[in-house]
Amino acid sequence: MIDPSLLQLVCFYAFAAVTVVAALSVVTLRNSVHAVLALVLTFFSTACIWMLAEAEFLAIALIVVYVGAVMVLFLFVVMMLDIDQEKLREGFVKFLPVGLIVAVVMLLEMLGLIGVRMMHVQTMGENPATAAGMSNTQWLGMALYTQYLLPFEIAALILTVGVIAAVALTLRHRPGARKQQASDQVSVKARDRVRIIKMAAERPVDNTSAPVQEPKP
Amino acid sequence: MITLSHYIVLGAILFCISVAGLFINRKNVIVLLMAIELMLLAVNINFVAFSRFGHDVAGQVFVFFILTVAAAESAIGLAILVLLFRNRSTVNVAEIDSMKG
Repeated sequence: MIDPSLLQLVCFYAFAAVTVVAALSVVTLRNSVHAVLALVLTFFSTACIWMLAEAEFLAIALIVVYVGAVMVLFLFVVMMLDIDQEKLREGFVKFLPVGLIVAVVMLLEMLGLIGVRMMHVQTMGENPATAAGMSNTQWLGMALYTQYLLPFEIAALILTVGVIAAVALTLRHRPGARKQQASDQVSVKARDRVRIIKMAAERPVDNTSAPVQEPKP
Repeated sequence: MITLSHYIVLGAILFCISVAGLFINRKNVIVLLMAIELMLLAVNINFVAFSRFGHDVAGQVFVFFILTVAAAESAIGLAILVLLFRNRSTVNVAEIDSMKG
């Protein structure tokens, strides 16, 4: 019989390893499309880690919103733009030592800070949502729709602004492009389209056949 | 047993990876945007962990709002990127210098 908390720890380490490796490949991969796919893997394994922390709603939201929408948007843009990959990689080796030094020093500082707090080892304890007798989604929703209602509405407004801004930025009017004019089409009258003219009937001139030799009597 | 430190260390590692990514990919705007997304993810991991261990719903509500704002940010960022590529035919940061900054 495996101890559940040990299994949880093993799962955490596995997901964390996948996350870190995928994040490393996001910043080092040569091909931008591969980098986006690595970012998808990062988000997915992070969602698994959030599942371990029993934040189910946010884990699903991360997959649906991020992997499903934002990353697909990234993929579209990366594939749409015809990017010269080699030229963009020129400074990679040059900036590698600086980046590594900054990152490693920062990580050591952060780990030092966390190490101080390690003295008070805090375990997960009971799930606060379960303690309140609710599921995680219900727990989050109760707070979101009561205490945080105004920020929630503002978030909706921000999303609307984002949509309008993205459309307004990328909309392009090409001169000479033919477009459908819906209002003109609706307001058109029959007399604008068809003109009936009265004219005298006329016998068509028969010039199709070549002049035929008349038979001699 | 998973402790709070596990989560925070993971967040710190992700954050540092994305900072290193900002430094070593100084030319490609797309990778810069992705590094910013990674940074937000690292912060979100911390928020979720603190919410879970501190028994407070505010952390998860904050992650919700960060996800919203990050989605809007990346939509506008990518729109600007498309516009930039259309006008300058490049996503190289070094060549975007018309404002002489």
